Amino acid sequence: MDGTIAAEDTWTVAGRTFRSRLIVGTGRYKDLEETGRAIEASGAEIVTVAVRRVNLSDTGAPMLQDYVDPKKYTYLPNTAGCFTAKDAVRTLRLAREAGGWNLVKLEVLGPPPLLYPDMQGTFEAAEALIKDGFEVMVYCADDPLAARRLQDMGCVAIMPLGAPIGSGLGLQNPAMLSMIMENVTVPFLVDAGVGTASDAAIAMELGCDAVLLNSAIAHAKDPVLMARAMKAAVEAGRLAFRAGRMPRRMGADPSSPLAGLIR
Amino acid sequence: MAGMHSSVTLTLNGESRVFEGPADGPLSVSGLLVVLGLDTKKVAVERNEEIVPRSRYTETWLVSGDSLEIVHFIGGG
Repeated sequence: MDGTIAAEDTWTVAGRTFRSRLIVGTGRYKDLEETGRAIEASGAEIVTVAVRRVNLSDTGAPMLQDYVDPKKYTYLPNTAGCFTAKDAVRTLRLAREAGGWNLVKLEVLGPPPLLYPDMQGTFEAAEALIKDGFEVMVYCADDPLAARRLQDMGCVAIMPLGAPIGSGLGLQNPAMLSMIMENVTVPFLVDAGVGTASDAAIAMELGCDAVLLNSAIAHAKDPVLMARAMKAAVEAGRLAFRAGRMPRRMGADPSSPLAGLIR
Repeated sequence: MAGMHSSVTLTLNGESRVFEGPADGPLSVSGLLVVLGLDTKKVAVERNEEIVPRSRYTETWLVSGDSLEIVHFIGGG
């Protein structure tokens, strides 16, 4: 503990080791060019991607792969927009065929306006996917029992929400997240709810292994600048966690010595 | 029927479309992707809710009534 920043403060999910603790989504940007620049600025090594029908009336349109190189970034296909276990499993089987990746992000959502994780559907889909050889990083409710059950089933990362998807409300549940983390041994991430840099720093200070976000960058006035802010915040939060914060005390404790004051 | 093209009616991404099969035989998944101008390396195909592995595109023959989903990766959170 000499105060130097260890060169290798890495984390590992499903046998893959990463330096960046920020996972970013690739959705909701102005265009693909901005997507590419923001992701570059974020320093992320993993990016989430969605699986959708090809627009058959415009098959020459630019593709995500042209701006976010799958050889440079680990694509993490998601099941955004899936409201049933069946659709989520179908979507990820297609993703595996399209890209050849087993590492996936599962989310089975309840109806708008909350898009809250549907845990019954999530359990069903996780079971089918794990049986089919997928390595499942799972978006879930901030429910300690559900988190533990998902881990016991074989999910490779537990990723509860800090607030509803795209809400930017910040972490509404830091105490509960800490309690869930106590009982989870696989990587633990906050997924959804981050609105600005301090929210990401708080998640990391709590001890999360990484943070997953999309809208906070994509919907900032200047997404590329916010991507830099998120990179710095995740790094700062991680360093603070490793450093160990001072105890809170109810009252002042002067920083300057009281001895030697002039009279 | 030598020399005649056989037409195939497929549901592609939810829309019904008619394709002329090649003169020398039925239409395969790889034949369809060529007609559509799609890069096989960037898409995945599901036929009647079953994945078609890329290695089987050339030998997977399409018949009228088949429903196909052709997907790719797009930006998402």
